[in-house]
Amino acid sequence: MTSLPGTTQKKLGLVIDLDVCVGCQACATSCKEWNTQGVSAPLSDAKPRSAEPMGTWLNRIHGYEVHDEGREDARIVHFPRSCLHCETPACVTVCPTGASYKRAEDGIVLVNPETCIGCKLCSWACPYGAREYDAPTGVMKKCTLCVDRIYNENFVEEDRVPACVKACPTGARSFGDLGDANSAVSQLVRERGGYDLMPDMGYKPTNKYLPPRARRDTAVVEALPKSDGSAMEKLFAWADKLMSAPKASARANESDLSDRLEG
Amino acid sequence: MSQPQVNTQLKTWDEIKTTTCYMCACRCGIKVYLKDGGVTYIEGNKDHPVNKGVICGKGASGIMQHTSPSRLSKPLIRVGERGSGEFREIEWEEALRTATLWLSQVRNTDPKKLAFFTGRDQSQALTGWWASQFGTPNYAAHGGFCSVNMAAAGLYTYGGSFWEFGEPDWHHTKYFMLFGVAEDHASNPIKTGLGKLKKRGAKIVAINPVKTGYSAIADEWIGITPGTDGLFAGALIHTLLEAQRIDGEYLLRFTNAPWLVIENPGAADDGLVLRNAAGTALVYDPQTEGTKVAGTYGINPPLMGRFTLADGRKVVTSFTLVAERFLSKDYAPETVAAQCGVPAATIRRIAAELAHTAFEETIEIDIPWTDYLGRQYEKTRGRPVAFHAMRGISAHSNGFHTCRTIHLLQIMLGTIDCPGGTRYKPPFPKPIPPGVKPAGKPGQVKPLTPLPGPPLGFVTSPEDLLVDAHGTPQRIDKAYSWDAPLSAHGMMHMVINNAAKGDPYPVDVLFMYMANMSWNSAMNVPDTISALTAKRGDGEYVIPRIIYSDAYASEMVHYADLILPDTTYLERWDAISLLDRPISDADGPADSIRQPVVEPDRDVRPFQDVLLDLGARLGLPAMVTQDGNPRYPGGYSDYLVNHERAPGLGPLAGFRGPEGRMSGRGPVNPKQLEQYIANGCHWFQEIPDRAKYYKHVNWDYLDWATFMGFLARPEPIIHQLYSEPLQKFRLAARGFGAVMPPPEHRSRIETYFDPIPFWYAPFEGEMVSADEFPMHAITQRPMAMYHAWGSQNTWLRQILGRNWLYMHRKRAAKLGIADGDWVTVTSHHGQIKCQAKLMDGQNENTVWTWNAIGKRSGTWGLEQGAPEAKKGFLLNHLISDLLPEREGGYRYSNSDPVTGQAAWYDLKVRVEKARDQSAESKPQFGVLKNVGVGK
Repeated sequence: MTSLPGTTQKKLGLVIDLDVCVGCQACATSCKEWNTQGVSAPLSDAKPRSAEPMGTWLNRIHGYEVHDEGREDARIVHFPRSCLHCETPACVTVCPTGASYKRAEDGIVLVNPETCIGCKLCSWACPYGAREYDAPTGVMKKCTLCVDRIYNENFVEEDRVPACVKACPTGARSFGDLGDANSAVSQLVRERGGYDLMPDMGYKPTNKYLPPRARRDTAVVEALPKSDGSAMEKLFAWADKLMSAPKASARANESDLSDRLEG
Repeated sequence: MSQPQVNTQLKTWDEIKTTTCYMCACRCGIKVYLKDGGVTYIEGNKDHPVNKGVICGKGASGIMQHTSPSRLSKPLIRVGERGSGEFREIEWEEALRTATLWLSQVRNTDPKKLAFFTGRDQSQALTGWWASQFGTPNYAAHGGFCSVNMAAAGLYTYGGSFWEFGEPDWHHTKYFMLFGVAEDHASNPIKTGLGKLKKRGAKIVAINPVKTGYSAIADEWIGITPGTDGLFAGALIHTLLEAQRIDGEYLLRFTNAPWLVIENPGAADDGLVLRNAAGTALVYDPQTEGTKVAGTYGINPPLMGRFTLADGRKVVTSFTLVAERFLSKDYAPETVAAQCGVPAATIRRIAAELAHTAFEETIEIDIPWTDYLGRQYEKTRGRPVAFHAMRGISAHSNGFHTCRTIHLLQIMLGTIDCPGGTRYKPPFPKPIPPGVKPAGKPGQVKPLTPLPGPPLGFVTSPEDLLVDAHGTPQRIDKAYSWDAPLSAHGMMHMVINNAAKGDPYPVDVLFMYMANMSWNSAMNVPDTISALTAKRGDGEYVIPRIIYSDAYASEMVHYADLILPDTTYLERWDAISLLDRPISDADGPADSIRQPVVEPDRDVRPFQDVLLDLGARLGLPAMVTQDGNPRYPGGYSDYLVNHERAPGLGPLAGFRGPEGRMSGRGPVNPKQLEQYIANGCHWFQEIPDRAKYYKHVNWDYLDWATFMGFLARPEPIIHQLYSEPLQKFRLAARGFGAVMPPPEHRSRIETYFDPIPFWYAPFEGEMVSADEFPMHAITQRPMAMYHAWGSQNTWLRQILGRNWLYMHRKRAAKLGIADGDWVTVTSHHGQIKCQAKLMDGQNENTVWTWNAIGKRSGTWGLEQGAPEAKKGFLLNHLISDLLPEREGGYRYSNSDPVTGQAAWYDLKVRVEKARDQSAESKPQFGVLKNVGVGK
């Protein structure tokens, strides 16, 4: 059994906007390519050209059809899934060797490959399916929030974000300190009603998801008048008006130089 | 217990180089991290104008493309039968000599017997020029089965286009209409743009039979019936006209709406624009009851009306004709609702929202500008409604007119290139249509002689067609013939089957690049394979020689005689040129390069180097010096710097002239590539503020664009609601003019060359029984894959290693089909077996799948049993390259009758639960032998 830090100085995590995610997989493959050569290296691919290619991924995107209450039609939601860096993660407490741990300084949940024995207890304990066993190396791998990027002074400051956040083309992913009520991510969560996944489990995920916004497919502007059969005549009358006041169509802010030019 | 230490200062690279991605057609800037000469990481380049730092699922998997086990490693020459996979490795010298021998025989005798088609080529400025130098008109890239309906409709209507020549104004638009699938072009800019719209609360409306991808996050989804978008857009126009909610001022000033059209039924000038002796269009002048030159200062001509001139001729404004067309009952929302699968109330509501946003939520930007007549505007007004469309419109046989209808809707709302509208990307707008005509008329194709111009261009009248006196097509694909007069991108989809039939003539050498034409890029795969392997009586193949260049062991490699292995995108020079498909932004032109960031570890060469080498060996005039030596001995990078299309105009517009200080035009700069590299491999120049909007009619822009070499003259580009070039073809069909269609083509030309856009049902649906084939079948590309390349990528195939046939849950229930059942899909042309998945978010009368995932066993370095081949499938097997026989027995290409765009979204099918529930898709073609891989 492994113990948790009482509190963490920061609660670093991700805020993922389900209203904006189009399921393009940029975060998934960017995560894979960074982490297969960073501190988590390698994220193995077993039999990659075979009938059953199996690889280790720390971030996977799922697509679901969801029926909103009171609506017959379905909404398609793209749902990126990775470690939520819970405040009280069972995957840490269940670890028999202390290899899984939650960092006191920023709350990131990590695995120490030196002491991980690959027993998989943590993956059974995690209700979010966020941990992956990397069979060729015999250790458990998981999202590190790119701990080897976010403090890495080899990058300019604005690039010190997780690879998935840097990649995301729609801007659906944000990174920051969810323990700081004034941080941009905390504000976003407040404004958009960000929520925890499966809060009943009691693990207090740090990552938050922003729900899809309500759809806007009902009338809000006044309907256009329908024709009573004389549409062409009305259009002619309208066109005549355009012509009858040659200067009237010129806007107030427009200086028509035509007289001068013609003269 | 103390916390373990983690190395947070890891540096896994020793060098970072910039270049341009090639994982799809988006062409983002990337930074490639290198260690010990190998690639470790690829990320988006935040300084780049296209992607501004982001990268997509494909781009971030580039390492797996670069190191793919399916890469070819050495030139190959076929030693067994085609399709046997029996090849011998040869040295490059032997390969180049062989190609030179084959090609020189053609060039010495009849250059058109070379068919040179280049697929997903991003170097068309080079390859088209090479074809022209060789002297063959038989050249095109893949635009004929991709986007030509979009390109042609736009370029013949407003001098720009959706696709890559324009973009929504993501910064200002408040209402965005996205027609059809669009995930495969401008992929990151669209995603980034949608994110911006979401932040600003702009409304996104997706018109798409399937609610995946971008449609999934839209505020409103309209699950339209495939092929009816033109009817839907026409009904929106109808509703706006009924309420007179259109921008009259815009129509009068910047379009041909007030131009006069001659009404003289049965005569040679019927439907032509009334012009003065100088050829300038005329408008009616009520004060004199006569005419004035269109665009005269200070006059305000009528937008509508019929008039009789002093000489007795009857004329009508072109807008009157447009209004009559769209105000007819045919386009009333109530008429079209059932056919579109969209309630009339929804159509009327969308029209009201469009009008409200355009006219009540008008924006003004604090930029003064001057139009082409010198009228000054203190601020720039925007009608913040933007549209975008791509293949869902394009790949139908009614796509040209549908796309034109959408452009008319935009124009009537006054939303072209205004703040918040759909904007041009320089070098667009261009004159309508661009001034280049296709070469290859009878007499222009001669031994040992370059063509007098480029093979592709824009026809404006029947005199420009590439046909002989009998109307016989001159090109192997029948482009620019009466089959498809405005086929501005050629018709690559027809080449192999036409060549095999010798219709209109046989070829000696088929030379292809980067196009999987024996598989996922072919309509009618089985017959295409037969055509590639068919033999004449004397034992010779009907297509005697096939040269193919590809980086990967694709299905097409198996049917070639000589394989020229290409490099990966990280091992080559390239130019994303303004002469080709630009990567510009609406605020300014941009171009970029690829540089080799790593050396090939195989015996492969960049195709563009090889092409210039072959050109020099063949002695193509522009590729050799006067003493016969290669003009570009340094290969493609040498050409990129030193080639000039016209004095001062080269493949790259940036860093020209002394010290690279000139943009657009300027003398050759020997250090140009170094300067590109120092700038992150790209160049962008912002247009001056007062020239940014309303480019087509903006005095400052027209001047600036002329200076940059984008326009020949600073003349306004007046939108053509009424298309006179189309009417000229129609008059030819009525028996007027010097070049007339043969009688059997006349009614078709008369019908489809309507100068005003209209909707007609897609051909296949009209020609087969709706009872027998009641459902539409379409494909779309997964966002994380681009053609066959993506689906063989080691990472991406783990995300999607096979495809399913998606059906609406309700429809499946009626057909007794459960989720996961194997089903047969039958068209008039063929049958496949595949596995069904059920969903709600799609049109009920449609089935769909992801394209290009199905592979043939034994290709792409995939092992036996790979799900791509076992369970994956293509709809291509169901799509005929020809339409069913029409009156007279002639079988037209399954294409748009105006542009020749392949109509693969017209497919109609029936779906039934398969008797054979075994877990294997059908047809399964013979297993190929993985060639040239694993070295």
